[in-house]
Amino acid sequence: MTYLAKPRLHHPALQTNKVGYTRRDYEGKVSTLCAGCGHDSISAAIIQACWELDIEPHRVAKLSGIGCSSKTPDYFLGASHGFNTVHGRMPSVLTGANLANRDLLYLGVSGDGDSASIGLGQFAHAMRRGVNMVYIVENNGVYGLTKGQFSATADRGSKSKKGAINRDSPVDLIGMALQLGATYVARSFSGDKAQLVPLIKGAIGHGGAAFIDVISPCVAFNNHAGSTKSYDYVREHNEAVNRIDFITPRSEITTDYAPGEVVEVLQHDGLMLRLRKLHEGYDPTDRLAAMNHVQMHQARGEVVTGLLYVDPDASDLHAALNTSATPLNTLGRGDLCPGAQALAGLNAALR
Amino acid sequence: MKRIESVNDFVVKFANVNGSGSASANELFAKAILRMGVPVSPRNIFPSNIQGLPTWYEARVCEKGYLGRRGGVDMMVAMNPQTWDADVAEVDPGGYLFYDSTRQLPPSSFREDLHVIGMPLTAICNATYEDARQRQLFKNILYVGALSMLLGMDAQVIETLFSEQYRGKERLLESNVRALNAGREFARDHLDPIGLQVRASKKVGERIFVDGNSAAALGCVYGGATVAAWYPITPSSSVAEAFQKYCSKLRVEPSTGMNKFAIVQAEDEIASIGMVVGAGWNGARAFTATSGPGVSLMTEFIGLAYFAEIPVTIINVQRGGPSTGMPTRTQQADLLSCAYASHGDTKHVLLFPEDPHECFEHAAAALDLADRLQTPVFLMTDLDIGMNQRLCEPFVWDDARQYDRGKVMTAEELEAGKDFGRYKDVDGDGIPWRTLPGTHPSRGSYFTRGTTRDPYARYSERGPDYVYNVQRLLKKFETAATLVPQPVLRKAARKTRLGVIYFGSTSPAMNEALDSLTEVGIHLDALRLRAFPFPESVAQFLAEHESVFVVEQNRDAQMRSLLVNELEVDPSRLVRVLHYDGTPITARFITEAITDHVHAEASTPKRKARSTVQEQAV
Repeated sequence: MTYLAKPRLHHPALQTNKVGYTRRDYEGKVSTLCAGCGHDSISAAIIQACWELDIEPHRVAKLSGIGCSSKTPDYFLGASHGFNTVHGRMPSVLTGANLANRDLLYLGVSGDGDSASIGLGQFAHAMRRGVNMVYIVENNGVYGLTKGQFSATADRGSKSKKGAINRDSPVDLIGMALQLGATYVARSFSGDKAQLVPLIKGAIGHGGAAFIDVISPCVAFNNHAGSTKSYDYVREHNEAVNRIDFITPRSEITTDYAPGEVVEVLQHDGLMLRLRKLHEGYDPTDRLAAMNHVQMHQARGEVVTGLLYVDPDASDLHAALNTSATPLNTLGRGDLCPGAQALAGLNAALR
Repeated sequence: MKRIESVNDFVVKFANVNGSGSASANELFAKAILRMGVPVSPRNIFPSNIQGLPTWYEARVCEKGYLGRRGGVDMMVAMNPQTWDADVAEVDPGGYLFYDSTRQLPPSSFREDLHVIGMPLTAICNATYEDARQRQLFKNILYVGALSMLLGMDAQVIETLFSEQYRGKERLLESNVRALNAGREFARDHLDPIGLQVRASKKVGERIFVDGNSAAALGCVYGGATVAAWYPITPSSSVAEAFQKYCSKLRVEPSTGMNKFAIVQAEDEIASIGMVVGAGWNGARAFTATSGPGVSLMTEFIGLAYFAEIPVTIINVQRGGPSTGMPTRTQQADLLSCAYASHGDTKHVLLFPEDPHECFEHAAAALDLADRLQTPVFLMTDLDIGMNQRLCEPFVWDDARQYDRGKVMTAEELEAGKDFGRYKDVDGDGIPWRTLPGTHPSRGSYFTRGTTRDPYARYSERGPDYVYNVQRLLKKFETAATLVPQPVLRKAARKTRLGVIYFGSTSPAMNEALDSLTEVGIHLDALRLRAFPFPESVAQFLAEHESVFVVEQNRDAQMRSLLVNELEVDPSRLVRVLHYDGTPITARFITEAITDHVHAEASTPKRKARSTVQEQAV
């Protein structure tokens, strides 16, 4: 039950990170989602990523829309401010929050119903605006909270638990994000923590709109044979383009990848993405190639995962608006009010 | 034939074609009279169209200072053949009709009781200018020149206005002055004198001439708004555009050239209010500007902001509804949809500025109130105030004035162990304390949402928790009634059982109507509402008067409904005076409606006719 807080006690010997927090400090309330829900694995990956990146939990603002996925911000980073907004409209609220204080880390969590159906417009515009955020869609192709209706990412021809057949083509959020100008686009699978955690870390370090589509099977309504969002299907058809490691310049490289071609992508703020190529010739900085690659494999029934596209020189909405480096919400009357003398001048010009 | 004779007290109406460049010429005319010290109140009456449709500019010249529409026209400048018949019909008997006489019109096109002034504007322009656009534009300057001569205006004043307008563009200045003088010379040599005159006076004083949308935008600058998100909609778009203009001038860090503001033209009204909600939650002062259809789209978010208790300022420049209604005409018809916007039990704070001066004041106040009350606050202006330039008191700002950021708990207060329950009423005023994201590493964070919760923001569907919450919101609304701008009372010269309630852009017409009614022996105590919720003094005013007229610019008597609903007053004591054809209400309309009612009651004293509907004939 979410109104029961988890006990905060933990073993004194638990390992702490550089900012002095244990992994448990990044947890939230007890999940109310179904046992085995992919979303809980994503929450765990977010916790892991934030802990490993030494992020102070209270410097994160987590926002969501409505739905199973949107409930999850309550289940991680309990010391952060959270805002569960209205259905499909998290992106605009996050955009406003980001404008108010550019110094926090903005984590938007949404679902396929939330982002691909009612919120498709807001998803699209947040991407094209380049809001500096991590936008995670927990994608299961179904409405879980209202018990099993199709979402806009459901496969054409798939059958709902109640027996209805989906007649509509699915929306591919990855394709949209690429086309709309998102500067960090990745897809992963809730059952592949080894891939997901570094992808989230890379997104956190990215200085623009970072989008991660995570296939997250719904154990209650959409984990059956024939669904491309089921555990078995994704495991069998997962086609990773690369393995990513996220490196801060000061930290040691701890991951030891198997030999193979390695690409390092230095982002503008000095953070490093180290990619081990699984697919020879896959260049994650080529937007057009990424679109082709995803489409081509999709036609074969394969789910392409990994870091599909990144623009290392990405900028964000604040850069476009030329906003002051000082967070707007900290500016006081002295900074904002032009004062009586300026007003006298304005009055004079109106006579 | 009768001839209207008047010095500094008349109405001139210009009938033009949209897109012909007449707007700046007409404004020049009005400004020149103002510079001569004579109060003028102009109104644009324009179609929902880019080009080609009829448009009017009505300038009321009134040395006494009445700024509402009077009703009636003393001189028509008829420049649009399409609307000729209606324009001619509108002039009061003995009035003047100024027209382009290039083409001869049959006598049936005129009225016998009017003084017709013909000037071959097209012919003069065709002879003088080669370029088609110049021919069109200078036609407007020519008639301004001719009128200025006929009305005895000071040519120097207009030339000064030109030189201010075309500073650094000498060629334009020179050609405009030449057209002006050509118009003046033609009038001097060929036209008969008329009975309307402008004589220099000192009745304008230090007042300024500005539209309400610019004033509201400037109020947002002074009030400390840093985030604006908006979506274009008539008649509110110029609020955001003016905010951009003022911010670019007044809010750029000199050392870095960076902006101390963020303005986003969103993809729709839903996103614009969403951004304002996000910014408000995160501690920035934020606003959006919209009109009725935009408010409709925003209502889900308004409900969220109400229930999650987030400061939000919404400037609603009202226009004719419902639906697309009359997008370029004025009404006060969004009162109910704003007061109770969204589903469930909601109530919102509304402010009603009477003119641009109060648009400035109330916009800054709205930002304070939204922070103090942690709730949506609507600034309810309308097209009449928003888009028309109005003579008003200069803007005032006290440099000692501090922003009221409301109850925001700081890291130090949290550190000191102050109890933080996000939705807990600790001070007994219904207003809880809030914290901003990122404040403290281990204290003060909370998870908010549109679903109900306990006082510590923990999700709860327990009945008592819900009731505590919504009762506290009601208490907060009662607190709001003590913080909003208080109503303005104007007592009649003698004791009376009659009262009148009005608000917003009705104000100038009402000021005049009250004087006219006094002249015919009808004395009314008048209360100008400035906000909802209604302060205690409103209930008191209703209690002290047997009958109260409620004057408003909508069909359904929405303010009357609010009064009945919120104050539980006997509806039969509230008399409707309703004007809703999309034009600004006039002093004549109010005077006649109230006079008729008072006379009807006097002639049948025992009749229980107190709720008689007084409406415009439409």
